[in-house]
Amino acid sequence: MTVRFLLDGEVVAIDAVDPTATLLDHLRTRMRRTGTKEGCAEGDCGACTVLLGEMDAGGRAVAWRSVNACILFLPMLDGKALLTVESLARDGALNPLQACMAANGSSQCGFCTPGFVMSLYGRSIGASGHELPVADVLAGNLCRCTGYGPILAAGETCATLRRDDEATLEGLRQLARTPCTSGIHEGRTWYAPRTADELAEILAANPDTHMVAGATDVGLWVTKGLQTMEKLVFVGDIAELRGIDETPDALRIGAAVRYADVHAAFARLHPDLGELTRRIGGLQVRNAGTVGGNIANGSPIGDGPPALIALGAELTLRSTAGRRTMPLEDYFLGYGQQDRRPWEFVESIRVPRPGPGDIVHISKLSRRFDSDISAVCGAFALKVKDGRIVAARIAFGGMAATPRRASACEAALTGNAFTFETIERAAQALAGDYAPLTDVRGSAAYRTEAAANLLRRLWHRARGGQADLFALEASHG
Amino acid sequence: MAERDPVWPVLVKPALPHDSAHLHVAGAAHYADDMPEPADMLHLAFGQSSEAHADILAIDLDAVRAFPGVVAVLTAADIPGTNDVSPVAGDDRLLAEGQVIHVGQPVFLVAATSRQAARQAARLGRIDYAPRPALLTIEAAREAGSLIEPTQRMARGDAAAALAAAPHRLPGSFDMGGQDHFYLEGQVSVATPLEDGQIHLLCSTQHPSEVQHLVAHMLGRSSADVTVEVRRMGGAFGGKETQAALFAAAAALVAHHSGRPAKFRCDRDDDMVMTGKRHAFHIAYDAGFDDDGHVLGLQLRLASRCGATVDLSPAINDRAMFHSDNCYWLPDVEIVSERLKTNTVSDTAFRGFGGPQGMIAIERVMDAVAAHLGIDPITVRTANLYGPGRDVTPYGMTITDNIAPQMIARLRSEARYDARSAQIDAFNASSPILKKGIALTPVKFGISFTTTHLNQAGALVLVYADGSIQINHGGTEMGQGLYIKVAQVVADVFQVPVTQVRITATRTDKVPNTSATAASSGADLNGMAACQGAMAIRDRLTAFAARSFGCAEDEVHFTPEGVTVGQQRLGFGELCRKAHLARVPLSSTGFYATPDIAYDRDTHQGRPFYYFAYGAAVCEVAIDTLTGEHRVLAVDILHDVGRSLNPAIDIGQIEGGFIQGQGWLTTEELVFDDKGRLLTHSPATYKIPTASDRPRQFTISLWDGENVEPTINRSKAVGEPPFMLAISVFSALSRAIAATAPDIRSLPPLDAPATPEKILRAIAGHRAA
Repeated sequence: MTVRFLLDGEVVAIDAVDPTATLLDHLRTRMRRTGTKEGCAEGDCGACTVLLGEMDAGGRAVAWRSVNACILFLPMLDGKALLTVESLARDGALNPLQACMAANGSSQCGFCTPGFVMSLYGRSIGASGHELPVADVLAGNLCRCTGYGPILAAGETCATLRRDDEATLEGLRQLARTPCTSGIHEGRTWYAPRTADELAEILAANPDTHMVAGATDVGLWVTKGLQTMEKLVFVGDIAELRGIDETPDALRIGAAVRYADVHAAFARLHPDLGELTRRIGGLQVRNAGTVGGNIANGSPIGDGPPALIALGAELTLRSTAGRRTMPLEDYFLGYGQQDRRPWEFVESIRVPRPGPGDIVHISKLSRRFDSDISAVCGAFALKVKDGRIVAARIAFGGMAATPRRASACEAALTGNAFTFETIERAAQALAGDYAPLTDVRGSAAYRTEAAANLLRRLWHRARGGQADLFALEASHG
Repeated sequence: MAERDPVWPVLVKPALPHDSAHLHVAGAAHYADDMPEPADMLHLAFGQSSEAHADILAIDLDAVRAFPGVVAVLTAADIPGTNDVSPVAGDDRLLAEGQVIHVGQPVFLVAATSRQAARQAARLGRIDYAPRPALLTIEAAREAGSLIEPTQRMARGDAAAALAAAPHRLPGSFDMGGQDHFYLEGQVSVATPLEDGQIHLLCSTQHPSEVQHLVAHMLGRSSADVTVEVRRMGGAFGGKETQAALFAAAAALVAHHSGRPAKFRCDRDDDMVMTGKRHAFHIAYDAGFDDDGHVLGLQLRLASRCGATVDLSPAINDRAMFHSDNCYWLPDVEIVSERLKTNTVSDTAFRGFGGPQGMIAIERVMDAVAAHLGIDPITVRTANLYGPGRDVTPYGMTITDNIAPQMIARLRSEARYDARSAQIDAFNASSPILKKGIALTPVKFGISFTTTHLNQAGALVLVYADGSIQINHGGTEMGQGLYIKVAQVVADVFQVPVTQVRITATRTDKVPNTSATAASSGADLNGMAACQGAMAIRDRLTAFAARSFGCAEDEVHFTPEGVTVGQQRLGFGELCRKAHLARVPLSSTGFYATPDIAYDRDTHQGRPFYYFAYGAAVCEVAIDTLTGEHRVLAVDILHDVGRSLNPAIDIGQIEGGFIQGQGWLTTEELVFDDKGRLLTHSPATYKIPTASDRPRQFTISLWDGENVEPTINRSKAVGEPPFMLAISVFSALSRAIAATAPDIRSLPPLDAPATPEKILRAIAGHRAA
């Protein structure tokens, strides 16, 4: 089978696709497009940023999104359009963004620059995440030389650029006729089903298959773990797993919905959930990584899950045998253990909308605000009625082997008056809920103290106190 | 100025963009890994030590050799010459022999037909170790008396007596972590075997000559057999001054054995584990001072973790001592510097080269004195500044260009430090959770290699008969804009557009015996060398023009409109063509050695620096006292680059340097486990600043002045000094933390980097003080 994608209007066809060959290596070594750089090969620096395009839901425009080529497997490109930094200059003339960056000191050593160009170009043509401030769009691009000032300025100056996608659209229509849904390379098999039924069949027949959605985690098994996987199934192109259904009482999202695609809906559900989403990876990671994948891989930190657990999310698993639905917290059994049978896949997540008067507070603590993994992530959902806490759901990431609820803390709150004294008692009760580890992201002592303080932060904010660093301005004298 | 600088005019230079900017943004600038790979290219990976300190009992590489695609597996026994990749001391092994002294140390080298195969095979080596006790921390090394060289002492007067006599006496200590360079382009070298045993290396290095010499010794060849080329690096910051040699030597060794081209492009995580970093320091001070905060006596102990080998640690620690006065007069002072040898990767050069660690030590003393006296730190800082009659450094160098007091005064006023300080106090009084802090800290940074002989540079200027010009010099381009600065210098000599000057890759076969591009010296040294080379050609052209047109030499002028000769004018290209036909040589070398510097390392006295570069920064921060999180809210910088060679490039260096310093002191934390393994070996765990960490309010102004010394265009070096402006972040954070218990008169016990955890701990410590 042949994987086909569009590059600068031409169809690139690759036979004999190594299922875990990365787009970055292919571009650099096979296609001699060396403008796209490897800075880390783990999706954290953005030097390899490229734009991927697919037809939008209406089929009338190309939906572009920035992704890290270093952890994107070649079969994931099938049927897509690709833009690299070499795509932008026409007949040797720089596009306006490039010209602006070249003139204003946006590059020093220049190695990260192509990645910045692609992130900013994406923003200027309306790619996924284009509504975010420039600094947020660049959170996944590291520069060690400039201090970012000129790059941010260039992003503001060239905030919108025209792009004619008619030919690309036609090319995508053509490609859609020849989807590549499986392949074998040197004895390794891969599948790229287009329906959930096909996925269920594949897993039923091959329960030893690794599922790959955005590859923001699995990609590292290859580039850093140097693993060779015998069977893979790519689930990112299953349209029914990419639905977002917003109703007055809940939000239901398919497992293959990318974080970037659900960002706005999450923010509508609660601003803190939107802010948490903004801080999950860089935009390139959110443009690839899925909510379902983030849950399914069972990380002890799992940036999304603590918040979703506190909000009362339910998870639906599916297989050829049918569906199972469970509270999200029940999915995490222990370190590296989840309640998923090898032939099952995560189908959807349902997140109830907080009721009026519910107090929701989500805080993520990390060394760096953007594109970092939590040392502690705390999520609180309190139902307060007539000054009394009638229900409390509290979940933390980074405090145990899995994202987990804080039952002692919840008990200390439930049924009691919403007062400073209750909050203090509950904050102390939290110490009984977790015995966190000391690791690279923080000591046990810090985690314990900061976790309790997040509850105090909730109290302070609920009473209208100034407790948001991001809202502060410098003094003017 | 013309009479002081007869050779070159001091000009207002244009803010031209980086010479490669149009290539950077198009992805068309070629880095070492971007060159086409020959079909028979081999790719390399090291088998690394898993132990911090151990004897090697046996090495079994059968599985490595058997791995598909592996072509060669080499160990120390395969090295024909000297097994050494060190800059000075001869103690850095290319491949381990008999023992390993840090985790990640290369033990064997794999060459394979693909990079993936080499990396996979390298993990299959079986090495039997007999572990030895490993010293992993400053405390452990100090207890064991483990040093890379004897403890150094720099002193003036009688610090102990001054301390005893002082009205106030305050001891204290703090720790600061190291820093990974995190150049975006990792270490990379490509070796191509040439005829008759010669080797060509395309290498990402700040020090091509050293790579050349080390590779030659390693192969048992002469330097003339090895050529090293570097067009550009994707960042370096000191991390490719000595550290590139390891990868270059490995590539050369494989090319030598296999006769095939060999590329070593190191994986990011391996790079972070295997290459040296900024030195972590423990600082202890004992300060005696009066009621106004004048420091009367100071004992300072600077202890650094140097890692397993010497590398550049002696000079780095010397520079820490040189900068532990910063801008302040220390009448009776004793600075003791311990250089501790540990079983961790050997720490190395990093922007500032020890200077930041020494400078933050004295700035910490200033903050501590102010906290103790309950007065604004700016009062203590200004009280202690160098001035007339108090203008000699602890190493005996008289300061002749003391502009720090003026710069501080101007910045204090322009950044409205005092009004904001009062406003911040008012904010803190009414804000229980969030606290703000502000600080103004100055920088005085000594310019020159403190190893005097390194202060030399060569250049090669070639003028072609069509009037186009190629220049080459020993300096390397790592993004700092050296090439464009030197091109501007040469263009100005001939008064031609800078586009007429083609800048060419640094190569050891064009300019020999060069120094590293380091110590901020690139433009000072190479700009002057290129200027001398260009002037030699201009002198010849002048003589030729006068001769052929029958006028006096002082009637020949190079102007932007062309060369005027008496009453006539002709294009520069036309003159070059005529000169060529008349058999006038149109190429020249240029050479420069910094004058007037001399330093006696035995006594730590002399003039190690040609001049000083100055700066000052005001920084405002806010912290969250519940979580220890912080934001840098506003930064105002006033910086001295003399008469700038290129203001755009210089401002870029200032901003980038500041943010890099901010990262060092805030988010960038190196964590080693108790086996000596680096846990923060990737950008997933090691966090350099992102775009949103840049303060939203950020102003940079250039000081309007010129170098008192006749440097090229009376400019000043700019690479390193701005890094230390970020000390203002740390001081401001300390002040914000102090606001959690404003009545306590002591400096909060904050260590660097100020992560949320460290800030929260410092708040607790301060409240308990």
